[in-house]
Amino acid sequence: MSFMKKPEVSHSRLSHNSLGRTLREYEGSMSTLCAGCGHDSVTAALIQAFWELSIEPCQIVKMSGIGCSSKTPAYFVQEAHGINAVHGRMPSIATGAHAANRNLYYVGISGDGDSLSIGLGQFIHALRRNINMLYLIENNGVYGLTKGQFSASADVGSKAKKGEINQQPPIDPVTLALTLGGSFVARSFSGDKAQLVPLIKAGIMHNGFALLDVLSPCVTFNDHEDSTKSYAHTRQYDRPVVHADFIQPHQSISTDYANGEIIPVELHDGSTVLLSKVSNDYNPIDRAAAYQYLLDRQKRGEIVTGLLYINENQEEFHTVHRTTEEPLRDLPHVALCPGSAVLEEIQHLYR
Amino acid sequence: MDRPNRYRILGKAIGESMNTYVNDFVVKIANVNGTGSASANGLLMKAIFRMGIPVAGKNFFPSNIQGLPTWYEIRVSHDGYRARSGKVNVMVAMNAQTYARDLAELDPGGCLLYDSTWSRDKQLARDDITLIGIPFARLVNATFSNIRARILLKNICYVGALAAFLNLDISVLENLLRETYANKPKLITDNLKAMEIGYQYASGHFDCPLPFRLERMNATAEYMMVDGNTLAALGCVYAGATVGAWYPITPSTSLMDAFKAFCERYRTHPDGKRRYCIIQAEDELAAIGMVLGASWNGARAFTPTSGPGLSLMNEFLGFGYYAEIPAVIFDVQRVGPSTGMPTRTQQADILLAAYASHGDTRHILLFPADPAECFYMAVSAFELAERLQTPVLVLSDLDIGMNDWMVPKLSWNEHDVPDRGKVYGFEQLRDLSEFHRYTDSDGDGIAYRTLPGTHSKGAYFTRGSGHNRDGAYTEDAAEYQEVLDRLQRKHDHAKTLVPAPIACRRSELKTGIVSLGSCDAAIREALDILARGGMELNYLRVRGFPFSREVDEFLEQHTRIFVVEQNRDAQLKSLLLLETGVDRSKLTSILHYGGIPIDSRCIVQSISEALREGEAA
Repeated sequence: MSFMKKPEVSHSRLSHNSLGRTLREYEGSMSTLCAGCGHDSVTAALIQAFWELSIEPCQIVKMSGIGCSSKTPAYFVQEAHGINAVHGRMPSIATGAHAANRNLYYVGISGDGDSLSIGLGQFIHALRRNINMLYLIENNGVYGLTKGQFSASADVGSKAKKGEINQQPPIDPVTLALTLGGSFVARSFSGDKAQLVPLIKAGIMHNGFALLDVLSPCVTFNDHEDSTKSYAHTRQYDRPVVHADFIQPHQSISTDYANGEIIPVELHDGSTVLLSKVSNDYNPIDRAAAYQYLLDRQKRGEIVTGLLYINENQEEFHTVHRTTEEPLRDLPHVALCPGSAVLEEIQHLYR
Repeated sequence: MDRPNRYRILGKAIGESMNTYVNDFVVKIANVNGTGSASANGLLMKAIFRMGIPVAGKNFFPSNIQGLPTWYEIRVSHDGYRARSGKVNVMVAMNAQTYARDLAELDPGGCLLYDSTWSRDKQLARDDITLIGIPFARLVNATFSNIRARILLKNICYVGALAAFLNLDISVLENLLRETYANKPKLITDNLKAMEIGYQYASGHFDCPLPFRLERMNATAEYMMVDGNTLAALGCVYAGATVGAWYPITPSTSLMDAFKAFCERYRTHPDGKRRYCIIQAEDELAAIGMVLGASWNGARAFTPTSGPGLSLMNEFLGFGYYAEIPAVIFDVQRVGPSTGMPTRTQQADILLAAYASHGDTRHILLFPADPAECFYMAVSAFELAERLQTPVLVLSDLDIGMNDWMVPKLSWNEHDVPDRGKVYGFEQLRDLSEFHRYTDSDGDGIAYRTLPGTHSKGAYFTRGSGHNRDGAYTEDAAEYQEVLDRLQRKHDHAKTLVPAPIACRRSELKTGIVSLGSCDAAIREALDILARGGMELNYLRVRGFPFSREVDEFLEQHTRIFVVEQNRDAQLKSLLLLETGVDRSKLTSILHYGGIPIDSRCIVQSISEALREGEAA
């Protein structure tokens, strides 16, 4: 949330996206997070993804709640509106904003405290409503701003910096999203930008609620030995099972996916996500199988990552609500107010 | 037949010994919840209204679906008084459970109708009233075989009997029944039959009408009978609200139900596409969040709620105030504290609403006094919320929200274009060199805002954390205070924008009443009664907070002021003491907080006693 303007540095060889914009134009203010924080890597991936997608910055809406993660919307796409809601309540702000204008790109950045403790209710209800947004959880298992308490995603047996061992079972946003009918469920690691960027792009372009749980270690309070959310632990147990490639609408697809090992999923806007299985026994379009697989691997302490489930045909919020195509906030008053003749007619009912 | 002669004699006895009360009495119906009595009582009231006679109805219902006692009070008043008088002249005692208290509540000289299918305990009698037994259950059971129909039609049967007793035009009732069940002919036949049985029995066994009787008038032609939640919803439609988020809670639920019904009719394209979006939230925390999100993004959005919901909304209301986001909240107040009595009325959220949320937070409040004002204030609320960029709370209550009131017909100016407040559009942003969200460029405390998706230059970060005039995060004392002081200037500016109070005053009088909301009807009647007794008072009805200049003036110009309100803690009085310079010793509270709408009798009593004491001293 702190505002520190980045120094202007001009690079002569910066490349441009199809809008003629450089990557620099998708950056935000200086991060005030700790050096080495996973969240800053996520920010970099977001900048890269928005730049590659060539989205007009002012068409992007950045939203967050409270916590370290919730500061990050200030660090990317300076020319986009941002809103920093109260703790755990970003999903309701997002729902209302999306109801008012269905035509913008909504990205919500949350954390494990913000989404899985205080905001668990709002998170799962936004997911159930299939609000068209990317919902990214920067998950580090710990409360950073209040100095090191366990969060609800801390694993059983994980040790806090001060030595306490967590004994309560964790809430896993991924399996939770699968059971609640999430239409796009993904997990990644802040240290794996190659995996993260296409997932962010697919999540933004997915027509519905895209949950992206990103393990994003806290260098200050949860990066020690015996923490299950440290860089070392995450690297050791990271098991990518599906690789997602994001293909823009007019980009040609060179990969041969006739052999069935690659599943193409066409998105609403004509872009395509190519899902290639890293693990042969994983099926990202079968909810029940995906769920079972994740539970089995969880028991072994493995962290399954990738685009774990996608259903592009699930009706998003406005389709369910049969809202008119034009954003509600742009409707002129004459389209909303029935006028004096109708008022007369209505009043007749109460005579 | 139940010894008809005895009753006939009794009937005559009343008629001869007592005055007749034409179009000026109260009928109260005691019943069991879930038996369909509400529609029968509504029918009765509407028939009186259609006879051109001013009428008011109050429903006292339990927080229950079936089985608990429920009452409906119908006041007929040729003078057009819409409050409870505090009297009961005719009691229809259909609930054995409450028979004793219903009998006790009747004013001397009144009549009590009961179901004589079962005999009454002889102990339960009074010499100063007339008991009229009609075997409603037996009559209905002899005619209808379906069990559910018997229960429902017993109510229509007493409506028929009352038609005979009160001289209610039976053809008006018939027309109403035909309109109500236009699509269900079988129901029309059954209802007409049940009504006929009651009517025939009453007129065949008793001298009709009773001394409490109706005569046609022509005093309702320009009025309608409607509840406040319906008209608040209609106001939202006319104001152009497109997003409604809510969590169901008594007594506000019917507001969103009505909004939905109006939108289905008037905001839906033939292809099924909707120009509105109603979201049933997971709780009130989310409901207000959705409203803020939608308003931040440029839609007019609202949420209806009641006390417990308002408590949950506190944190977000503070966010709306500090981040300067419009929002419209309808608080249809019910009895607190805590869950309280969900189906009873009170005005006990005033202080909570005024300062909802932690920190130095204050809100704009509107106080409608009847359903018509719910319509107009709904429209004003959206206007104020957008012009002032802050939450606006409309404090209605269960009495206004859920009871049908006789209100003058509404009017709408076709040429009214809503004022959406200070919002920079594309061209303005394009031509601006720089945009700063919280800079007071016009000196009225209101800064310009921008909507996402308009122009890159309009981008800013909306936050509930400390921010400076540019909208940037700050922990600097001076920068923080600058914004907080401007918010206070904005709130002061609102005094000139909220609806002005309504005064009934003569300059020579130095004693007055200050009140708000649904107390109005009872106060207006009380003022007339007091004046007839030689006690004349001025009256000011507050309609908005922060208090406008007229409120201060009224307080200054009177030496003795009664503050009438429906809560225990004198919340309006507290707010006046906090927000104006009024001398505490001038103010005397008249408080009514049992959950039943305030009546004129209690106000008259309190004021006349106080004034007499004053004279004695």
